[in-house]
Amino acid sequence: MTEFAGWRMPLRYGSETAEHRAVRTDAALFDLSHMGQIAVTGPGAAAALDYAVCGWPSALAVGRARYTMLCAPDGGVLDDLVVYRQADDRFLVVANAANTSVVLAELTVRAELTSPGDGAVVADETPESGLVSIQGPNAADVLSAHTDVPLDDMRYYAGAYAAVAGRPAWVARTGYTGEDGFEIMCAAADCEAIWTALSAGRPGRSGLPPAGLAARDTLRLEAGMPLYGNELGPDVTPYEAGLGRVVRLDKPTDFVGREALAARAAQGPRQTLIGLVAKSRRVPRHGYPVLAGTARVGVVTSGAPSPTLGAPIAMAYVPAGATGPFGIDVRGNTEPAELTKLPFYDRRKGR
Amino acid sequence: MSVPAELRYTQEHEWVAIDGDVASVGITDYATQALGDVVYVSLPEVGTTVTAGEPCGEVESTKSVSELYSPVDGEVVEVNEELDDDPGLINAEPYGLGWMFRVRVPGGGGEPTGLLSPAEYEELTQSAG
Repeated sequence: MTEFAGWRMPLRYGSETAEHRAVRTDAALFDLSHMGQIAVTGPGAAAALDYAVCGWPSALAVGRARYTMLCAPDGGVLDDLVVYRQADDRFLVVANAANTSVVLAELTVRAELTSPGDGAVVADETPESGLVSIQGPNAADVLSAHTDVPLDDMRYYAGAYAAVAGRPAWVARTGYTGEDGFEIMCAAADCEAIWTALSAGRPGRSGLPPAGLAARDTLRLEAGMPLYGNELGPDVTPYEAGLGRVVRLDKPTDFVGREALAARAAQGPRQTLIGLVAKSRRVPRHGYPVLAGTARVGVVTSGAPSPTLGAPIAMAYVPAGATGPFGIDVRGNTEPAELTKLPFYDRRKGR
Repeated sequence: MSVPAELRYTQEHEWVAIDGDVASVGITDYATQALGDVVYVSLPEVGTTVTAGEPCGEVESTKSVSELYSPVDGEVVEVNEELDDDPGLINAEPYGLGWMFRVRVPGGGGEPTGLLSPAEYEELTQSAG
């Protein structure tokens, strides 16, 4: 167990490597009830979110979801979010646990600016909500035995209200593992029943193992997905993280950070997020210097042993245009590393 | 958590088995549970001299890297080369196939000083939560 953004969270239930492999080859369950769940509702909800985030939530159809970011006026990232449009006038914003209070405060202020009065109501539903995630190639197979919504018809980044284990929930085909999977938002009181039902698997197969934060981190890293606090923070814009596509400069309305982000888009990013595969077995970790020759040119943002590749992998920021060859300063020794296109693992290609 | 009665322990969560003038060293069950899956271990080379309480290697797990300390003074006479191919042995059998290295202790025989008894080690892990 570990302390995580004020929550007691399991780093692992058993072997984190086995948990990682279960997600890559079968399916496993994550309890993500720590994540912030903020509802934005009312006739002004869509306009409020259009102003608050760099994406274009008002363009989302009901039942669709989008990965987006909350930026500061200078374009720095305050959090990365998934926004689900659950109804015409209701959006669910899922935030990182450590940033929930910042996201709540910013959304509230920004909604007040665009939709004064009761046009848009921002409410933190985290305390009374739970989030169970089932991830892996067999996730649909298992979940379909426990829900009334036809999962075959559900596209990636889509969601629907459904019953899961007889409890009301919002089921969405989203995740943070690079695998197919679903996230189930429910009332906190229903979380245990849903978890227990899914843990049992489905008739004719064994149950599903739970997976902890350690496996979640290696899974998202293999999938090249950024983690707030590592790849993302107030000192980088989405462009540095290679996620400029989330900034909708084509959105007709103003939004916080537009001017700074448009300038950054015109100038190009200052740094680039790269993928490195270590050639030695020593693991590059967050904060280790990236070298070109003997010169320090960048820094590792995330690094871990990759169960799928069988080698240590890392993401790092280097100056835009730097080509390597790169090394990583692992506690005083320069370990060679190979520049690799992100992601390290792509389920459509195997890896 | 297992703390075998026939072993001695250190504050750094190593175990020591004394057999004549040779001390076998590994890390404890408690340590492996705290570290998670060990993915790589760097051990001292045979023939090197190690000093009690000084770092002599590294243990890498998914989430962290930790220094490996020698519990005793002496010369390294053997290292567990199986761990190079299968560091998971450390998690699977911390007191058995997961042993790490053996040290010839000068003076021969007699218990090295400064080590913890099983009861003392158990108390240490309990106070650490």
